[in-house]
Amino acid sequence: MAPAVTLTDYLILSGILFSIGVFGVLTRKNAIAVLMGVELMLNAANINLVAFSKFTDAGVVGQVFALFSIVIAAAEVAVALAIVISIYKVTRTIDLDKEDTMKG
Amino acid sequence: MYPCIEHCIWLIPLLPLTGAMVNLLIGSRLPRPVTHTIAIGTIATSFVLSVIAYLHIVSLPPGQRQFIDTVYTWIGLQGFRVGLSFLVDPLSVVMALIVSGVGSVIHLYSVGYMHGDKRYSRYFGFLNLFAFAMLLLVLSNSILLMFVGWEGVGLCSYLLIGFWFEKIENAKAGMKAFVVNRIGDFGFIVGFMLLFTAVGVRTGTWSLDFGVIKSNIGLVSPAILTAVGIMLFVGATGKSAQIPLYVWLPDAMAGPTPVSALIHAATMVTAGVYMVARMNFLYALAPDALRVIAIVGALTAFFAATIGLVQNDIKKVLAYSTVSQLGYMFIGVGVGAFGAGIFHLMTHAFFKALLFLGSGSVIHAMSGEQDIRKMGGLSSKMPITTTTFVIASLAIMGVPGFAGFFSKDDILYHAYISPYGGTFVWLLGVVAAVLTAFYMTRLVILTFYGNPRMDHHTAEHVHESPKTMTIPLIILAILSAIGGYIGMPAIFGVHNVFAQFLAPVFASGVRLPEGSVSLEWTLMGVSVLAAFSGIGFAYYLYGVRTELPAIMAEKYNTAYRWLLNKYYVDEFYQKYIVGGLMGLKDLLGVFDARIIDGTVNGTARLGRRLADFEGAFDRVVVDGAVNAVGDGIVSAGAVLRKLQNGLVQNYLIVAVIGMAILLSLVLL
Amino acid sequence: MLSNYLLSLIVFTPMIGFVLILLMPRERVTWIRWTAAVFTFIPMVLSFYLYGTMDASSAGFQFVEKYPWITAFNIQYYLGADGISTPMIVLTGLLSFLSVFASWNINKAHKAYFSLYLLLVTAMFGVFMALDFFLFYIFWELMLFPMYFLIGIWGGPRREYAAIKFFLYTLAGSVLMLVVILTFYFNSTDPATGSHTFNIVTLMNQANQGMFIKQFWVRLAMYVALFIGFAIKVPVFPFHTWLPDAHVEAPTAISVILAGVLLKMGAYGLMRISYPLLPDMAAYTAIGLAILGLINIVYGALVAMAQTDFKKMIAYSSVSHMGFVILGLASMTFIGFNGALMQMFNHGIITGMLFLLVGVIYDRAHHRDLNGFGGIATYMPVYAGITSLAFMGSLGLPGLSGFIGEVLVFLGTFKVYPVIVIVSATGVIFTAGYFLWAYQRVFLGPPNEKYRGIARINGRELFTLVPLVLIALFLGVYPMPFFNLVGASLSKLLMMVGH
Repeated sequence: MAPAVTLTDYLILSGILFSIGVFGVLTRKNAIAVLMGVELMLNAANINLVAFSKFTDAGVVGQVFALFSIVIAAAEVAVALAIVISIYKVTRTIDLDKEDTMKG
Repeated sequence: MYPCIEHCIWLIPLLPLTGAMVNLLIGSRLPRPVTHTIAIGTIATSFVLSVIAYLHIVSLPPGQRQFIDTVYTWIGLQGFRVGLSFLVDPLSVVMALIVSGVGSVIHLYSVGYMHGDKRYSRYFGFLNLFAFAMLLLVLSNSILLMFVGWEGVGLCSYLLIGFWFEKIENAKAGMKAFVVNRIGDFGFIVGFMLLFTAVGVRTGTWSLDFGVIKSNIGLVSPAILTAVGIMLFVGATGKSAQIPLYVWLPDAMAGPTPVSALIHAATMVTAGVYMVARMNFLYALAPDALRVIAIVGALTAFFAATIGLVQNDIKKVLAYSTVSQLGYMFIGVGVGAFGAGIFHLMTHAFFKALLFLGSGSVIHAMSGEQDIRKMGGLSSKMPITTTTFVIASLAIMGVPGFAGFFSKDDILYHAYISPYGGTFVWLLGVVAAVLTAFYMTRLVILTFYGNPRMDHHTAEHVHESPKTMTIPLIILAILSAIGGYIGMPAIFGVHNVFAQFLAPVFASGVRLPEGSVSLEWTLMGVSVLAAFSGIGFAYYLYGVRTELPAIMAEKYNTAYRWLLNKYYVDEFYQKYIVGGLMGLKDLLGVFDARIIDGTVNGTARLGRRLADFEGAFDRVVVDGAVNAVGDGIVSAGAVLRKLQNGLVQNYLIVAVIGMAILLSLVLL
Repeated sequence: MLSNYLLSLIVFTPMIGFVLILLMPRERVTWIRWTAAVFTFIPMVLSFYLYGTMDASSAGFQFVEKYPWITAFNIQYYLGADGISTPMIVLTGLLSFLSVFASWNINKAHKAYFSLYLLLVTAMFGVFMALDFFLFYIFWELMLFPMYFLIGIWGGPRREYAAIKFFLYTLAGSVLMLVVILTFYFNSTDPATGSHTFNIVTLMNQANQGMFIKQFWVRLAMYVALFIGFAIKVPVFPFHTWLPDAHVEAPTAISVILAGVLLKMGAYGLMRISYPLLPDMAAYTAIGLAILGLINIVYGALVAMAQTDFKKMIAYSSVSHMGFVILGLASMTFIGFNGALMQMFNHGIITGMLFLLVGVIYDRAHHRDLNGFGGIATYMPVYAGITSLAFMGSLGLPGLSGFIGEVLVFLGTFKVYPVIVIVSATGVIFTAGYFLWAYQRVFLGPPNEKYRGIARINGRELFTLVPLVLIALFLGVYPMPFFNLVGASLSKLLMMVGH
């Protein structure tokens, strides 16, 4: 019998996922890759929500939250990709190092 | 007799006014016969009404020969009221008759004289307007309303002197007349203000009506009355061309000759005499003022006559003659013989109007020439003009039987016996009579007799004037010949009708002593002698020894030039009074522009300097502090903006590092 | 009832026109002009109605409108008319209507011109009707603003200088006035409410006088400050130099308004405010006022004689003629007051006429140099005739209205200041001098070839002049309608100043 999966394991998993996501966001030049990193961070948070939902007596609130989060993330990705396309149309690149129009 | 006239006296001045308005407004569109028919019709109707008023007055008992026709309240304040009201008494009726009568004749004459003028309707409009103003003057019941007429005649005089305004000299003469008259008016205004106030303060009655003033005059102190009398007389010296304000009248001859006859001989210039006679109740209490009037009148009579001796312009001679004769009238009223003054006013209106109209006829015939040195021998070609002119000359010289004889004699007699006159005034009058006879004889001989001295071209054109001009001459000649008989003195065994008629008006006036009959005869003899000596001397010089005048002018060159140049009075006035005024106004003009306005602009400049200084302070100190703060913020921003490089990942790194720091702070 | 809001109608009808003109396209010049004409015509007719329905036997204010406006400071919207203000209201109505037609040939920015013009008309009416000190001040200042632009934009070559001078000068005066207004306010108590008040009628009520400042010097200082404010407007020597510049540079219609209406506000202010509010000081300083009047009359006439610019000469003649008003006011006599008010009205009529006449010749010859014409009477006989009439009216020829004002001022003042009046009377000589001299130089003499074929006076110009001519003649012959109107109010004023 495999050892029981504990809350700590879930948290470690989500921590690893989150770290990978942060790493991706900070290092990738490609805007799409950055977005993917963002997705990883979101999903790490979702894992946390579900895990806490299962291991505490808070009921299904956490899982509902996770569902919400997934839906919003989907919508967000759609918007984000649309922005990326718009940026691409204007600047012909999605290299974030070249995008500094928000410079003060 | 005609009581209805008591309520329609206002028609007498109104009719000519209506005529004037019609002719001035639409006259240029009317045919000429309509124009002059309106003008003559209105003034002639006024004459008829004046005659009716006269008949009505005569029909009343002598003591009640007076009525007042009030039309409406002109100025009515609490306690002060001036009505548009007309006073009819023997004096004003006589004046109205003279003005409208002589006026009608001269209107008629103008039809011929002005026939070719391009501003025909305007001329008749002005003439009618003058008649209106003059009738208003003589008929008004208060000093203020009289002043309206007084100024109105001055205006018409101005307009008519400058009638041919294209010649700048004419325009200037008109202006001179008006401004000199205004100097007199200043005195007149001060006079009636003083009288108004003196009577008002004394009695609490604020009025300028003759009747009210007359009944309250006794309450005013004699010193004030003397001042009033003299100030009013200053007005009269302007209007009636006495020393020192006579200078405008000779220049006024620039106007059309009928105007000279009507305004500057017969009527307007006698307004001053009328005014003094009208105010007789005041002058009776101001004997010093009377003495002043008598002396100024005598001096003017003499002074103007001397200038008249040598003038060469036919109208100038007559103008100085008018000034001189007005001096006589002032002798008359000045010595308290108001009736005599008015009598001479009337006869003078006849013969002087005739002289001017006659001269107009001559000028008309001579194609505009006015210099008597270029005339001569006109009697054969212009019989009517010559005859009438001679009659008028005899009248003005005081040849017995003619109108001027009676009136002039009346004045000289009263001048001798009156306490306000005396030998000096009388003597000046007699000498002036000699001079008058001299210059009139000279004028007649040089103009109508002797050899023609005009050029051939002019001589051919000489002709007798048309009927519209000669009929007025004849009418006036008859009046000049016989007009004096209504004032024949009592020594001829008749009543002096004229004096008796006027007596009620002057009843409250001066009481003159009675002279003896022998004295009267003696004085009359002296007058006649004076007239004939003047005539004889002039005849000798200009009719017999015609070379003498030139020799005399040569011999007494200085005197001659002084006379010819009218004692340089005009030049004196021009230089010192007009020049002084011009200097003063230029000085004040500069003062206003430089000093007063300069102060204003200086204040503005000072304000701007101050503003500049404050501006500098503002820039350096106040703004400096503000800018220092701003600059600090900007340079801080320049450092900090480097963080904002627009790269999203940089921001995230900062965020992550920040979070890491936060976490480590929280956890550790 | 019309009479309940008659005054407001008069004041604000021009404002309706103002708004309408703002809504119009700028190219529609004809619409704009006729709108201005209509919206000055209506208040003119209403002002005649005001004159017609006014009860002249009553000295009090009539057609009163009184509403709370700014209650925190007890400021009221308070209008009223009496025998003193009604002639001024009628004058304003008449001149503002006629001046629209004198503005017909304004050739730039019509929309701005006529809208500002209507604003000016509103302000002028307001000044003559306001019975609340604050409201009075508002209208007084409101008048300044359009005037500044009307001179500064549509004026002659030195228009900006003139406009600024006018503006600053008047502003300086009104600042002094404001100080006095506030002094009055903070020292006053409305007996009804117990609070401070701007209500002029309350302030002028004798019973309330005791509550105000009692110190002699303070009162004197207030009177002088107020006087300077009004004196600038009159204008009284030595505050007169803005007038020639403003007149010369302003367009014809504005000169007419300036001379005809604005100058009256100074004298009106003295009668409406200075005299009733500080009667003791008015009596105390009357001799000084009389001397200033004398200086105005004689000095103004002499300086007018020195001018070579037609308009400037008339401007100085205004200084001279307003001296009669000042002298009459200084007399503190009923006759003198009547004369002064009559002279105010006449001066509006006759000087308005004179400025219109200068405008006529300026439009044709494009200059105003008195020495640059000559013989114009030959070319423009009707114009010359009307000008001679206006000149004669202005130099006080009897039979025209100017004479009555002047002679009453003299007769009324002589009792009090005989010497001053005698010296002033020399003014009649100088006045005749400069007018006739000017007339001779412009109209008489040999016709100047340069102006052969100059256009005769046209119908529009005659339309502006003839009503004024008729009024000058009518009031000269029959001035009683005027005296009947003003008598009761002037008696009351005389009583207030203690005579």
